[in-house]
Amino acid sequence: MTQNRIERHPILAPLPPATVELTFNGKPLLARPGEMISSALFAAGISTFGHHHRDNGPQGIFCVNGQCSQCMVIADGRMVKSCMTAALPGMRVTSCEGRPPLPLDDAVPALGRPREVEVPVLILGGGPAGLSAAIELGRAGIRVLVVDDKPEVGGKLTLQTHGFFGSVADCWAGTRGIDIARILADDVAALPEVEVWTSAAAVGLFRDGKVGVARPDGYRLVVPQALLVALGAREKALSFPGCDLPGVYGAGAFQTLVNRDLVHASRKLFILGGGNVGLIGAYHALQAGIDVVGLVEALPECGGYKVHADKLRRLGVPIWTSHTVLRAQGRERVERVTIARVDEKFRPVPGTEHTFEADTLLIAVGLAPVDELLRKAREYGLKVHAAGDSEEVAEASAAIFSGRIAGRRMARDLGVPVTIPEHWESLAATLRSRPGKTTPWEMPAGGERVYPVIRCVQEIPCNPCSAACPEKLISMETIMDLPRYTGKCLGCLSCVSRCPGLAICLVCEDYDPKREKALLVVPFEFGDDRIPLGREVKTVGFGGESVGTGKVVAVRERPDQDRRRLVMLEVPWSERLKVAGFAIREPSVPIETGAAPRDEDPIVCRCERVRKSEIVAEIRAGVRDLNQLKALTRLSMGGCGGKTCTELVRRIFREEGVAQGEVTLGTVRPLVAEVPLGLFAQEEDDHA
Amino acid sequence: MPDTFDAIVVGAGSVGTPSAYYLSQRGLKVLVLERRPASGQGDNKAAIGGIRATHSDPAKILLCKRSLLEMSTWKERTGVDVGWKPGGYAFPVYDEALEKTLRGLFPIQRKYDLAIDWVDANGMAELVPGIERRGLRGGTYSPGDGQLSPLKCPVAFERAARSHGAVFRFNERVTAYEVTGGRIRAVVTDKGRYKAPRVVIATGSDAAGDGAMLGITIPVQPDSHEAGITAPVAPFLKPLVVDMRPGAEGKTTNFYFGQNDEGQIIFCYTPKELFIGFDRESLSEFLPILAARMITLIPRLRHILVRRVWRGCYPMTPDGVPIIDNVPEVGGLTLAVGMCGQGFMLGAGVGQEVASLVVDGKPLLPPEATQRIRWGRDFGKASKEALK
Repeated sequence: MTQNRIERHPILAPLPPATVELTFNGKPLLARPGEMISSALFAAGISTFGHHHRDNGPQGIFCVNGQCSQCMVIADGRMVKSCMTAALPGMRVTSCEGRPPLPLDDAVPALGRPREVEVPVLILGGGPAGLSAAIELGRAGIRVLVVDDKPEVGGKLTLQTHGFFGSVADCWAGTRGIDIARILADDVAALPEVEVWTSAAAVGLFRDGKVGVARPDGYRLVVPQALLVALGAREKALSFPGCDLPGVYGAGAFQTLVNRDLVHASRKLFILGGGNVGLIGAYHALQAGIDVVGLVEALPECGGYKVHADKLRRLGVPIWTSHTVLRAQGRERVERVTIARVDEKFRPVPGTEHTFEADTLLIAVGLAPVDELLRKAREYGLKVHAAGDSEEVAEASAAIFSGRIAGRRMARDLGVPVTIPEHWESLAATLRSRPGKTTPWEMPAGGERVYPVIRCVQEIPCNPCSAACPEKLISMETIMDLPRYTGKCLGCLSCVSRCPGLAICLVCEDYDPKREKALLVVPFEFGDDRIPLGREVKTVGFGGESVGTGKVVAVRERPDQDRRRLVMLEVPWSERLKVAGFAIREPSVPIETGAAPRDEDPIVCRCERVRKSEIVAEIRAGVRDLNQLKALTRLSMGGCGGKTCTELVRRIFREEGVAQGEVTLGTVRPLVAEVPLGLFAQEEDDHA
Repeated sequence: MPDTFDAIVVGAGSVGTPSAYYLSQRGLKVLVLERRPASGQGDNKAAIGGIRATHSDPAKILLCKRSLLEMSTWKERTGVDVGWKPGGYAFPVYDEALEKTLRGLFPIQRKYDLAIDWVDANGMAELVPGIERRGLRGGTYSPGDGQLSPLKCPVAFERAARSHGAVFRFNERVTAYEVTGGRIRAVVTDKGRYKAPRVVIATGSDAAGDGAMLGITIPVQPDSHEAGITAPVAPFLKPLVVDMRPGAEGKTTNFYFGQNDEGQIIFCYTPKELFIGFDRESLSEFLPILAARMITLIPRLRHILVRRVWRGCYPMTPDGVPIIDNVPEVGGLTLAVGMCGQGFMLGAGVGQEVASLVVDGKPLLPPEATQRIRWGRDFGKASKEALK
């Protein structure tokens, strides 16, 4: 039995072994206790979960976030989202082939009415923003209900194995996302005022101000006095030939499989999008033992933090800027990805195509706020606040701050005299800000016994290095400033251990009195199995450019390194200031292909399999109202309700030369996720 | 763009779009004015799409017979899919009184050659798989009725009308009707003024407002009804099912549902206490009540996934019967309003009636039917329809 599972991970603790026996299309497979069906299937090497009723197109995971309905399977006769349904012992799972039959289950259930739950504050979303707000409100003595659709709170922090940026004093900069999630969850758990419902999806906000929440044990109507929407963001999609193949999905989906469920979800990964999400996704893949063939970014520069991009380049991952993905190809899943350079108008340049073998293509082209319920609440004039990505898409550290501020504001609205520290607002703004300017790197002069070399040249909100140095030798006025080292370094390695960007290495000039060699201490976040101890390595410079060779002579472990290894690298004296690390992979080589295939008309609406040509035809026939486009093509009439395709359709309108003001957007109605009819009328005690 | 037309249709919904089509088919130069951004975007799309001729009112029977004839053959004739799904209407019956009422309608329904008959409990269970058998007496079944897509029909009519030269103007709100010498002359909007000797009001729930601009009282008041739709499942349910029993929860008088041509179950109920007004936002009580009713009738439906809910308005007249007539007080004015929640199924039939009223100055329907839908009837006196 295939078990694509990650047994060793440099950061994550192992999960319990897969002992839950279930079947998929009659074949036995094993799931970890509590594991979602989708992850168990992936671990068993199954990535196609069914075929669409309209055109028999293969279906698989897409969001792994409960937002789309792409991963539907039949579990014990019931239609379920495999990414939101835990595998149970003895479960019979079958693929969803076309329109599934209604199970012929005529047992008459006991029926009831949903319980109404009144709370002073309802927080939708238990991610960094929601939890931070709950902590502030709970500490102010206000009763809060937090509703989250995942089995654990923490939101996307639970997928972030890397150290965070931001301010050490204010939001745990330098600490890994997974650990910040734990801190927040523990703080919430310690507050008796805060009740948390997990595996509970807020599916609708109604005219009467009640919020419908689907829990596994039934439906509830929550009646809040005040509402906080902190539902985060969802990933934007792209439409291109092959975009609908299983194996093409969001970086968040990938992180869920790899970092939450420790599923070895891919062997060869390609990434589209050089924002932080794509860059970090690539890094996480490498850590999980998945090869990253390359990353493309349409803009001339990656939009994500430079330290993230440099880290990847140094490990040997090619980043092609001013490039895009032309097509993904494969039979039942992705097998090949073709990229091309784009001109200044983002049009592919003929003759620049390259094709690479890859089984997975991650789409990381930005995030869009999950704000359907927020907009409804505002439309209905309810007392509502927003925090985190639901308010404005930014880093998790910014979400923590916006959650704290929203929590205190709500407490004040409810008559509790709390103050909001003056610097919070400006700090929140700083944390939200996009990377500032990049300054050319000045190579240090050297000449000291030991000293840090800091390859941090882009203004981002971050200060762990400065906070870590016991001698206060690394200075910055504000957290946006570049760190500046002056003084006499003791070589304690604190800064090397703490920099979330892995941008600092230590040079030891006293290593070789003959000055033929120098020793570098380089941070490295891979397991011992990936450290070529005693062997020669190919050294690379700041941006991943080849420098020469070095030798790994030792690995240093310190308690404050937080699962980070410090690799002692012996390099020629003359290269001591040039070497920033060593590559762990060989260069990617494109495969030979014949003439370019005739591209398929790309899918735009994944749920209803609506292709671009159908939309273009209606736009050219004069359609300007998305509601009418829906009626004509079934665009956005599927399970996800337009969450994925609306933005793509707006883009097609632009391509067709239709001004944004001419286009009427689609009406958004409940529910935001599909719910079994029976849940609405389930008797409360019926836990079946 | 020309500003003079033979006829202006106000409203591009269930009634306005077919009216425009049949008028333009008769050779008139037609302008359609719609305040919304596209056709069919008002209460039309809130319809669940059932279309039946098996009413008890002669006017509605005859209009829907025409609708059925027209729409069931639309695709064959035009190549355009309007989501037609034959399969009839089934009214399951669990009590004697309802059986008596429904059987009592057979004579009038059969007088108009409608195929409707009583089926026994086994027959009903075959029509409605999984239906609760305890107490089931059988019910009526009318195989000639069916379902259509409210999403596809208005734009089909719009495009057919355009092919006959009709002009549609969207995002344009009527602000005044110019009436001089007892005749309508022009329609003024927030964007222009259009001359025409004939105007058809097909504005659904908004009709009273048009009446006010015209100086007449159009007794149409909307009340709202909620509906919803599920994810698709393999086709299993042919007829549209109407459960006429009042709900045990005390809030519903009946409910109805069907499986559309996509395989989705589409459903609705009639609230016991009406929600008067234009509010089209969903209420929290709908799904729990509806779910209990659906599962009580067909327990296996509890496994189906609910996808979306919405709320739309029924443009009600005091007697629950539409107004389709020329208005003698205002020469050139035709009303096709107050469809009382059945505008979608009546649409094509009403459109043909409107064309006759406008072009020929007289109805297509026989007198026993037209007297029911007359303008100027005594709305207080009319009897309540047996099968609404």
